[in-house]
Amino acid sequence: MTARRLDRGGRIDRSKPLSFHWDGKALQGYAGDTLASALMANGERVLGRSFKYHRPRGIMSAGVEESGAIVTVGSGARAEPNVKATMQELFQGLEAQGQNAWPNVRFDAGAVNGLFGRFFSAGFYYKTFMGLPPFEWGQGTGLWMKYEALIRKAAGMGAASREADPDCYDHVHAYCDVLVVGAGPAGLRAALTAAEVGRDVILAEQDFELGGDLLNDPSAEPDRLALIEAVGRAGVRVMPRTTVFGLYDNGTAGMVERVADHLAEPAPYLPRQRFWTVRAGATVLAAGALERSIAFGGNDRPGVMTAAAGRAYLNRFGVLPGQRVVVATCNDSAYRTAGELAAAGAEVVLADARQRTSLDVPSGVRLRGGLAPLEAKGRSGVKSVQFARRTESGWQAAGSEYCDLLLVSGGWSPVVNLASHRGVKPEWNAELACFLGGDCAEPLFMAGAAAGIWDRGACEASGEAAAKRAMGIEAAGPAPGGWGAPIAPLYEVRLSGSKPKAFVDPQHDVTGEDVRLAHQEGFVSVEHLKRYTTLGMATDQGKMGNVVGLALMAEALGKEIPAVGTTRFRPPYTPVAIGALAGRNVHGHFKALRRTPLHDWNLRHGATMTDAGLWHRPWYFAKDGETIAEAYVREAATVRETLGICDVSSLGKIAVQGPDAAEFLNRVYTNGFAKLAVGKARYGIMLRDDGMVMDDGTTWRLAEDDFLMTTTTTGAGKVMVWLEELLQTRWPELRVHLTSVSDQWAGVSIAGPKSRKALAACLADPAAVSAQALPFMGVARTQLQDGTEALIARISFSGELAYELYVPAGHGEAMMNQLWGETSRLGGCLYGLEALGTLRIEKGHVTGAELDGRVTILDAGLGKMASAKKPYIGKVLQDRPELQRADRPQLAGIFPKDRSQTFNGGALLCRPDEGEGFGEGWVTAVTHSPALGHWIGLGYVAGGHEAWTGRTLMASDPVRGGPVEVEVVSPHMFDPEGERMHG
Amino acid sequence: MTRFSAWNVLWQGITGQKGWSRQWRDPELKSHYDVIIVGGGLHGLATAYYLAKNHGLRNVAVLEKGWIGGGNAGRNTTIVRSNYARPGNCQFYAHSLKLWEELSHELNYNVMFSQRSHIALLHSPGAIDAAARNYNTLRRTGTPDAEIWGLEQLKQAVPHLNYAEGARFPVMGAAVQKRAGTARHDAVVWGYARAADMLGVDIIQNCAVTGVERDGARITALETTRGRITAGKVGFAVAGNTSRLWSMAGLGRLPIESHKLQAFVSEPLKPLLDQVVVFGMGGAHFYISQSDKGGMVFGGDLDWYKSYAQRGNLPIVQDVAEAAMSVMPCLGRVKLLRHWAGVVDMSMDGSHFICPTPLDNLYLNTGWNYGGFKATPAAGWWFADLIANERPAPMIADFDLKRFERGLQIDERGAGPDPKLHG
Amino acid sequence: MIRISCPFCGPRDHAEFSYGGDGSIEYPALDAPVQDWHDAVFLRENICGLQLETWQHVHGCRMWIKVERDTMTHEIRSVAPAHPGLAAALESGQ
Repeated sequence: MTARRLDRGGRIDRSKPLSFHWDGKALQGYAGDTLASALMANGERVLGRSFKYHRPRGIMSAGVEESGAIVTVGSGARAEPNVKATMQELFQGLEAQGQNAWPNVRFDAGAVNGLFGRFFSAGFYYKTFMGLPPFEWGQGTGLWMKYEALIRKAAGMGAASREADPDCYDHVHAYCDVLVVGAGPAGLRAALTAAEVGRDVILAEQDFELGGDLLNDPSAEPDRLALIEAVGRAGVRVMPRTTVFGLYDNGTAGMVERVADHLAEPAPYLPRQRFWTVRAGATVLAAGALERSIAFGGNDRPGVMTAAAGRAYLNRFGVLPGQRVVVATCNDSAYRTAGELAAAGAEVVLADARQRTSLDVPSGVRLRGGLAPLEAKGRSGVKSVQFARRTESGWQAAGSEYCDLLLVSGGWSPVVNLASHRGVKPEWNAELACFLGGDCAEPLFMAGAAAGIWDRGACEASGEAAAKRAMGIEAAGPAPGGWGAPIAPLYEVRLSGSKPKAFVDPQHDVTGEDVRLAHQEGFVSVEHLKRYTTLGMATDQGKMGNVVGLALMAEALGKEIPAVGTTRFRPPYTPVAIGALAGRNVHGHFKALRRTPLHDWNLRHGATMTDAGLWHRPWYFAKDGETIAEAYVREAATVRETLGICDVSSLGKIAVQGPDAAEFLNRVYTNGFAKLAVGKARYGIMLRDDGMVMDDGTTWRLAEDDFLMTTTTTGAGKVMVWLEELLQTRWPELRVHLTSVSDQWAGVSIAGPKSRKALAACLADPAAVSAQALPFMGVARTQLQDGTEALIARISFSGELAYELYVPAGHGEAMMNQLWGETSRLGGCLYGLEALGTLRIEKGHVTGAELDGRVTILDAGLGKMASAKKPYIGKVLQDRPELQRADRPQLAGIFPKDRSQTFNGGALLCRPDEGEGFGEGWVTAVTHSPALGHWIGLGYVAGGHEAWTGRTLMASDPVRGGPVEVEVVSPHMFDPEGERMHG
Repeated sequence: MTRFSAWNVLWQGITGQKGWSRQWRDPELKSHYDVIIVGGGLHGLATAYYLAKNHGLRNVAVLEKGWIGGGNAGRNTTIVRSNYARPGNCQFYAHSLKLWEELSHELNYNVMFSQRSHIALLHSPGAIDAAARNYNTLRRTGTPDAEIWGLEQLKQAVPHLNYAEGARFPVMGAAVQKRAGTARHDAVVWGYARAADMLGVDIIQNCAVTGVERDGARITALETTRGRITAGKVGFAVAGNTSRLWSMAGLGRLPIESHKLQAFVSEPLKPLLDQVVVFGMGGAHFYISQSDKGGMVFGGDLDWYKSYAQRGNLPIVQDVAEAAMSVMPCLGRVKLLRHWAGVVDMSMDGSHFICPTPLDNLYLNTGWNYGGFKATPAAGWWFADLIANERPAPMIADFDLKRFERGLQIDERGAGPDPKLHG
Repeated sequence: MIRISCPFCGPRDHAEFSYGGDGSIEYPALDAPVQDWHDAVFLRENICGLQLETWQHVHGCRMWIKVERDTMTHEIRSVAPAHPGLAAALESGQ
């Protein structure tokens, strides 16, 4: 191929030269070029290497179906592998490299694979690499994995960057009456038709220019401009560089708009791409048709491309793609291309596989009727083409022509992919030798070449008709077709008995022989063919090869193509950047972080945070030089000696209000709430329907018909949904209203012997928290000294005299400032989750580590909270026999036998003589207890702690260390009578 | 049948590939089979293979309404692991993994089981302890390759994860199963089909069951699109269609729901990730590996609503992409090539059923949730054992339809009786 | 994206909603026999086709709704509030 840029013609702007780099070499193109057209104009022929045989590949098309010129664009963190050069707009400073080759795409050591091609037939890897050759001796997977390492290195196409993608991506949501996909003549006309009568229309075009095939026809330019102008005037939202990649339920389309991929220096505020979710009332698919190739020897050589591509490079990009051109066709569409190339100065031979047509031969073109390409010859570029003639017994060699460019038209495949996403089954049209979209129950209408209409005028008419149907107006469009002479279906050319390298899916190196081997081995279903040979699985997703593959399988089966079927196209239509799909929900915005009202205050006071569900909560507050272990032990000890304060704002808080609120809680909780007095709190447990513990927390009765329920931090959302479900779907007779008030209150726990003193000092009325005014489990509404409304409950998770204090969220910091002043004056501390854990483990209080969705209320040692007097959710199913077994694991405390030793959460509790097996229980949480002076744990043990009194178990933790001898004690390891918190 | 070996690949290469025959026959449908397995997916084919291999039953048919392996067999993300810690599951998956390790040799078909490690990321001390409990269980029940890794070991082994300062969910370590990995799903289908076929099993494609004939508590025959077939025993292994077939047999309700699970593959890349990596945090769920062809294969949660449609919807596509970017921020410019969905039988406790049914000669295999692929060899093995011996072996005794009445819920996630939560 | 027409908010993406489950289940009384509870909690019709199901407009009005939807095509036949009182009120145009 000796391509050269023409001095005139094309849509490129010769006044705007752009320099770019290809494999490190500085080259020049023009505004309006694609990377492919610019490379072609610079005489670059080998741009890629194929997947399996590493065959040299050049430009094969001018569009999304490209299977040859697949390159890496950009470098460093912005390197994008597997870019179709035909779809990459050229910009100043663009850097592109070849890929899947070493040292480069022109001289690739991997090409040695081609020598072994006869062994590398379809699916050969399923037949070997299992064991030691030649007879696959051995066992296990060891040898395979050695082979696999080599295979993996050879496979893959481009290399992904190892650095985080530095760019950002946007998500946009849109609505419209009619979405038109494709801005060729049919799409433009469809958009115009709908917009003219006031419909809200979005017109999406993957190209950077509107017009579709009009762009390849200089004579159509006035019409194109007029249409575009009318479309703009009618108010169509026109979106170039936007690919509709998938159609989903209820008229939803997924689209990607490439915002900055064509800009040399994008403005910093621009996203790289935008991902659009469009909900359309109706959709018109006018996505055009793709020209397909023919399987013949060497049909993958650089210099072999579709006829339409030849025309695009000539007319749109001003590149004469070859000097001596052979155009091989089986239909009318290539005639015009041949004529235009001749007019541009090329020497053109038109080989029409049809014996005779009534078409005029374009001037300057030499027609050779009845010939089809048999083999393209030449090493890194086509040098000649050998022809064949069809006879009754098959193909027969019939001379050759020298050429530097071979343009092929094997017919056209309408783009029905998006309809296929909606379950529309493509139907084979034998007359036009293509699949057309079948019936569709949804408001989805095909137009233009996508509907098999080849004539431009008819395309426009079909666009108009489709738009009308999209608006609910009956309209008959033109019938498919539009050629002067019928197509002579042609999928493969080969001499009988020969096995040429004739590619069906060039990117994956799937040949006609591979299809026949698949047939021979029984892989006759289309889906088996695809999976066994990898046909259609490459980055063009079968746009290039699917129909030819089907045709060859049909031939092998002796059936017609429709009897073989078609594969279902899956989204996306063209590959979509994962970054675009993720949009802005990355980094800190991934599962957006929840912060308590005291978050910043905690950080200012030295908190190290830890994840608790979506929240960050203080983990510990290290003083200078302290490790986490030192910090939490100090914090826990300080709470027991004086006091500590801890942010508990993340606990779920639900206002349960209404005349039936008490009855509602009575059904939800296992223990009674009907008789809870106003001004009192009660700890409650709720079960799932199946009788397992769901969540726990305290609920405060603020008034006869007004409760404040607290939940665990991670259970808050789930509990709210559950309560709403119960009220709205199961118990609609209950007059209860629920409001989540989790975010409305800042909450702090004040725990320790001096907690009353510290709290009282912050209140307008210090007596509000006196032992008499606020007994254990009492609730008070009062004010802080500054008049801030406050809710106080005397409840304790730590086992100390303790309070929870809630103020409106906006007053949280002020409250903390006051409280911290008093606390530090009294020698108290701030404490975090780790110390909270220590305090609750000492007391045997359960958290999520114990309540893992598999334990009953009995297992958790909370049987006394299960009321026998009333029904409640989960009561019936918790009585099933397996859940009542006495040997079920039950909550227990754990001490190391040698008190100086430690052990781990997650260790299994096993009998000393039991070397393997599930053991008798497990450890859920471990801490160093400053109150007891040694390490302690909570866990579950079969039959409960009483069953193990005086016996030794091993805390077995083989994933982290050796076993430790432990003994099982009551889970209430510190102050079992609760004297401290009642005091 | 030409044996698969390097020798024959060479020889056939030299002699023009003429010696390869059909990998499984396209047999004439007989009017009677001793055992009919409905469902030509992985479990059905594996069951037929082990019925023939382990139990000497040869008059066996597998009926497939489309083409074999067209359901979840060809739609999953190909992960094989056995890090299940509940009694029952634990032993079952351990057995399955042992069968996987020899499967290529057993079937004389390279199923490409790559024991590249399965790495579940851990983000808090509590998560490490919870994982340690499960992995300690594995270690003590015959899975010596279960490990807990610290951050440094993880960084060495998997360099391209998100270890950035200030990451939304900083990684603290990982739970690792080294013998776990991936396999080539289609090859497993074809391998079992070929091996079963060689033992005389008839694999009947394009044969949908349209009716079930009963005589009281026995199935006498199946009506199919290719005619009526009488059967000695019948096994259902039709993930995604179980409830339909069950009601065709006149048998009420089941403890399963059909949900769709999406899967994703990127364009092929040079090696980027050498293990299977799993992430679960903040309500997100994500798993990723790289196929031998180079595509990043990944997935996440169910689409959340019940569905029989084998196509995914956008919200989960976005969720999964977000998780991908969180775990591997270098994937931003990597492009999604295809996404699709499979219909899975989600059960009420996240565990399966291999069990007798109210009908004397009908046996059921269902409820595999996310886990059907990795279970294949053991599911086939034990389902065949059940059908051949007409009694559940101890290995599967707990996996019956009555377990919820007894109060037994084999719930790995502790999610309770809400099928969509057992991902 | 399935579009669900919330009776209170109008047509919205299904992503704003969370799927509840089979809406045809009648949960028994809290003290009903264990078999009734077992059947309600553990057994499912699992219809392929039109089924009645519950959803919650969790990122909207938080109302629970009953939806008739085809589980194969995802086509929605009807939507109504799950709360029978609200459904009746909407029905009578109040």
